[in-house]
Amino acid sequence: MIELFGYLLSGVTVGFIYTLVGLGFTVIYNSSGIINFSQGEFVMAGGMSTVFLIYAGLPLGVAFVLAILITSMIGIVLYKLISFSRDSSQISLIILTLGFAIFLRGLAQIIFDKQLHTMPSFVGEGAFEIFETTLSYQALLIMVVASAIVISLYLFFQKTKTGQAMVAASNNVDAAKLMGINIKKILILNFAISAVIASIGGILLTPITSTSYEVGIMLGLKGFCAAIIGGLGTPFGAVAGGLLLGILESLVAGYISSEYKDAVAFVVLLAILFFMPGGIFGNLKSQRV
Amino acid sequence: MLKRYNINNQILLLTGILIIIPFFFQNDFYYEIAILSILNALIVIGLNLLMGYAGQVSLGHGAFAGLGAYISVVLTSNYGLNPLLSIFISVVIMGLLAFIISKPILKLKGHYLAMATLGIGIIINIILEVEEEFTGGVDGMSVDSFVVFGYELSDSIDWYILCAVLLVFAIWAFENLIKSPFGRLLRSIHDSEKAADSVGIDVSYYKSIVFVISVVIATIAGSLYAFFSGFISPQEASFTHSIELVVMVVLGGLGRVYGALFGAVILTVLPQLLTSFEDYETMVFGMIIIAVMIFMPKGIVSLFDKVVKKKEQSNASS
Repeated sequence: MIELFGYLLSGVTVGFIYTLVGLGFTVIYNSSGIINFSQGEFVMAGGMSTVFLIYAGLPLGVAFVLAILITSMIGIVLYKLISFSRDSSQISLIILTLGFAIFLRGLAQIIFDKQLHTMPSFVGEGAFEIFETTLSYQALLIMVVASAIVISLYLFFQKTKTGQAMVAASNNVDAAKLMGINIKKILILNFAISAVIASIGGILLTPITSTSYEVGIMLGLKGFCAAIIGGLGTPFGAVAGGLLLGILESLVAGYISSEYKDAVAFVVLLAILFFMPGGIFGNLKSQRV
Repeated sequence: MLKRYNINNQILLLTGILIIIPFFFQNDFYYEIAILSILNALIVIGLNLLMGYAGQVSLGHGAFAGLGAYISVVLTSNYGLNPLLSIFISVVIMGLLAFIISKPILKLKGHYLAMATLGIGIIINIILEVEEEFTGGVDGMSVDSFVVFGYELSDSIDWYILCAVLLVFAIWAFENLIKSPFGRLLRSIHDSEKAADSVGIDVSYYKSIVFVISVVIATIAGSLYAFFSGFISPQEASFTHSIELVVMVVLGGLGRVYGALFGAVILTVLPQLLTSFEDYETMVFGMIIIAVMIFMPKGIVSLFDKVVKKKEQSNASS
């Protein structure tokens, strides 16, 4: 029982990270219909830049802010590249984002290095004792910050004028244009927000699992699984999908096989695609063809 | 009639080039790259049939090629079967597997299809890495030599001839296939599934067939590469390899036979040239993919179309 509780806690912690990556996917997909395969590299960029800014002697807070800014710039660069593309077929855009991911990975190899890096937990190394299992401060911080991001994102899209304009643009581009909404600005904002969410995920995760230039591949793919499992295009689906994925992974690693841990996300993904293609919370309407 | 001659001319030209280039090869390394290019081209031709004609994206073909290769290699190295027989069994197994999974997979569209093939590919890759007793794990395993009818294929030139013959045959078969009623059927599915369905075409059946064909070709090419290089590792089945194959298709030109060839050759040779950049290799590779997608999303072969068009125009005006 204690074991199970421990697995659940660590599953929820990782699940919140998958949630953040999945949310990033959702934000870009909703606004542009594009699946951004470099989302995982945004996470990597956030974590790696923070680590190296700290190595450079900057205080923690400044390093965080700079890393988030850098990553949002990367997001905007991706948008610019996509808008330059002469062909907007799905395959070309998928490959464009894949190419961008490879480019970022290569760039990280050069600017940073190929080693594993970690940084000290920014809330101290301590831990709470709950039912004879421990929950590190850092894990708790991940849960709190991720929840805060989910809630503030919800409020932003529902309550602020800019957020409502973004929702309008994703529902009907032409109608939004007629209402005087600047679609270009909206898209840039979406890409930047998506990158910011991802980079925060990367920063939060680094003290727990450490980071390297290639950490983005699996994180990105699993975040994508989370988004599809919950229902592509529904923000709360990404939350549910991310948490479910984190918990299942942790349970499989604990009770069945730690070697097959990484396969869990994709097995669940296939099961969802075959039996309920709209995802748990989605509906088939969100399936853009 | 003229069109038919034209096709023959292209194949003759290709055959000629394949015969001539070995005279420029200075050492075995050149053969190695040529053979790898051709085997990649074979996989890409199959994938192109799936992507360019049946309109289905697969982000898992590297894994299919890798799994097929592993089955052949394990049958030969661990169970002592003749390589040809091993490849044949592997083709049957992979064909059946592809047929079974094609039913639920090909119902999906766009991103969902891409994601499903990606998921299957990654699961295959993880299985190959974990089941060490069969596959040698992450470090890979060595492969027995390729003995056919008592003759051991060991010289690079032998392999080159085998692969070149296969390539010419594959391109000839591909061109005939897409000109056949079957090819027209595929194009009708590509243009509009609903329209094809409404005139009584069993869309899902034909999509399955194309999927099976592309997986079988990948199995054969993957197996040959493993026997040729004498070594195989799960890297062959990695997500990266699957992506490389898709990029080859799009770089060459979707739905273009010779596009597949150009895409495969360029993306096989390019990394070899880039190794002199050392650490910059990955970054430059990414930049090239981005540039191609931005500036010529229709693929390299589309550049030739422009030249041909200009020629026709100038002919018409004169």
